[in-house]
Amino acid sequence: MDHRPQAWGRPRDDVYGAYDGSYFQNSGPKFATQSPVVTGTSVIAIKFKDGVVIAADNLASYGSLARFTNVKRLRVFLDTTVVGFGGDVSDMQYLDRHLNELAIDESYENDTTETAAATTTSSSDPSSTSTQTPNNPAGSLNAANLHKYLQKLLYRRRNDFDPLWNHILVAGLDASSKPFLASVDLRGTAFTSPSLATGFGAALAQPIMRRYAATEEDAAKLTREQAVDIIKECMKVLFYRDARSLDKYSIAVVTKDGVELKEEEQLEKQSWAFAERIHGYGTQTV
Amino acid sequence: MVRRRPLTPSSSFPPKAPCFHNPPSAFRTPNESPHNLGYMMQRVTNHHTHKTTDVHRHGLRSRQLHLLPDGRNFQVEYAVKAVENGGTSIGIRCKDGVVLAVEKVVGSKLLKHSANKRIATVDRHLGVVYSGMVPDGRHFVDRARDEARAWRDTNKTPIPTADLASRMGGYMQAYTLYQSVRPFGITAIVGGFDSELELPVDGEVGYGPSVGAGGKAPDKKHGGPFLYMIEPSGLYWGYYGAATGKGRQAAKAELEKLDLGGAGALTLEQAVKEAARIIYLAHDDNKDKEFELEMSWISASDGPTKGKHQEVPKALREEAERLAKKSMESDDEDDDKKDDDKMEE
Repeated sequence: MDHRPQAWGRPRDDVYGAYDGSYFQNSGPKFATQSPVVTGTSVIAIKFKDGVVIAADNLASYGSLARFTNVKRLRVFLDTTVVGFGGDVSDMQYLDRHLNELAIDESYENDTTETAAATTTSSSDPSSTSTQTPNNPAGSLNAANLHKYLQKLLYRRRNDFDPLWNHILVAGLDASSKPFLASVDLRGTAFTSPSLATGFGAALAQPIMRRYAATEEDAAKLTREQAVDIIKECMKVLFYRDARSLDKYSIAVVTKDGVELKEEEQLEKQSWAFAERIHGYGTQTV
Repeated sequence: MVRRRPLTPSSSFPPKAPCFHNPPSAFRTPNESPHNLGYMMQRVTNHHTHKTTDVHRHGLRSRQLHLLPDGRNFQVEYAVKAVENGGTSIGIRCKDGVVLAVEKVVGSKLLKHSANKRIATVDRHLGVVYSGMVPDGRHFVDRARDEARAWRDTNKTPIPTADLASRMGGYMQAYTLYQSVRPFGITAIVGGFDSELELPVDGEVGYGPSVGAGGKAPDKKHGGPFLYMIEPSGLYWGYYGAATGKGRQAAKAELEKLDLGGAGALTLEQAVKEAARIIYLAHDDNKDKEFELEMSWISASDGPTKGKHQEVPKALREEAERLAKKSMESDDEDDDKKDDDKMEE
């Protein structure tokens, strides 16, 4: 019998056979986070003529369990941009802290004099009627910059075989104060469109949004109220059809005037009548 | 983005632990008598363990700085001299915020107006202004930013102003201990507003417990405006009003006249105007040189800056400067009048 200390507490080779050491081998790539645990579902967003509307429900699921029901998946960045996170919640938390650092770095450099003056005084200076956003002076980080940054970050993490398990929508304004909406996924794939959805939303909400805003021109004709209504309708459809969704959601409107974020919205005017006609679930016997 | 190196307790500074030893004669300056030096070593050293060859191995003279028999230190005093020649900076802590202001002496006509800021943001709610050697000040600010970031990394919450002052005081003090480095040639004024609200933890996912984070007494006031001044020796105190640099005497005299702690304490906007006036007044003795006034402020979350450290808006700064110039003129007139009276007598 093997009495050496490294064999202590181990199943005896002469009884159970030699231990299969291959389980301990760690050559090959590192798989740090490739199994998200607590996850958020779809994020959806649509552009309209003055900005972007973005929404996500307040649920973080633990597998199929609706585990956390007050999760804020829309994060405001620098008072000018909203980042919506689908996917792993702990990676979202990491990214949120990381972006918070980035925002503080931004505050080191930015001269907020002119913009602050515009909000606190009714100056008659003609130059104060510029197209700058209140808290986003020219040259500071905007939604387009942030999206590019996130794309590089996620792609780099993918190359390290340590991806951040998120699908992200970035909503805000670009350098010329035009509405900006783009997505980036866990592989660093990035694209933009007048309307975007992650997760199940890509299948369930995207077709509805395309009915109203198939092109940039269509989106530029939408009013804020129309855009909000479309998003609310989509959130309702997602709640009907997506089993990992919740009827409590957050919705944000980003315009030149800043971000208006509501985190305690409730789905209204639900009708489950359509469910009667769907077979294959519940207590139906036919 | 390249992240800064995280701070660890054994971070790059202080440099290698000093080897306490009797200095070899090669390091004695000609006018130091061996007897005198021996006296100092007796006063300040505890160990006599390391060999003198350590010094050569480190390639730097890691002896401690000399303390004079009367308890002073020349290097620190020279640093104070450097500060005394710098442009005046002041800080005012009033009931609803902090104002920082600096007299930025314009060294050349080629410098861009209002560029080259001297007041720095350390964290959202923290600002620093300094008098003395600008590169030293820049390094101070860099370090302060690293400290604020490190605090956030561990505590997931903004660093309280008092803790930043403490850490930076310790950092500056460390530069008075070793001969391989020199003390900072600056006196820094640190202003901040610790939030009076129940702040969410950084990166918080849900809402947290409904009773809040705890640790707060219900009838006690938490947070508020804070102001600290850190000197080259590492000494720091909390102040209602702080002034340093060339015009500090005049500025301090003016600050003492303000009601900063009492019931009728200044409001933030009044403090901005007072700060501008004091800088103009302190500049009076230095009239031949051009200067720019730079001011920043921090208010509560319900105030004009929403708890953030920001530059004072242009319109308000210009108004404050106009009032400051006006008060200077009327002071001059008063002086003239007095002179006239004297002439008549």
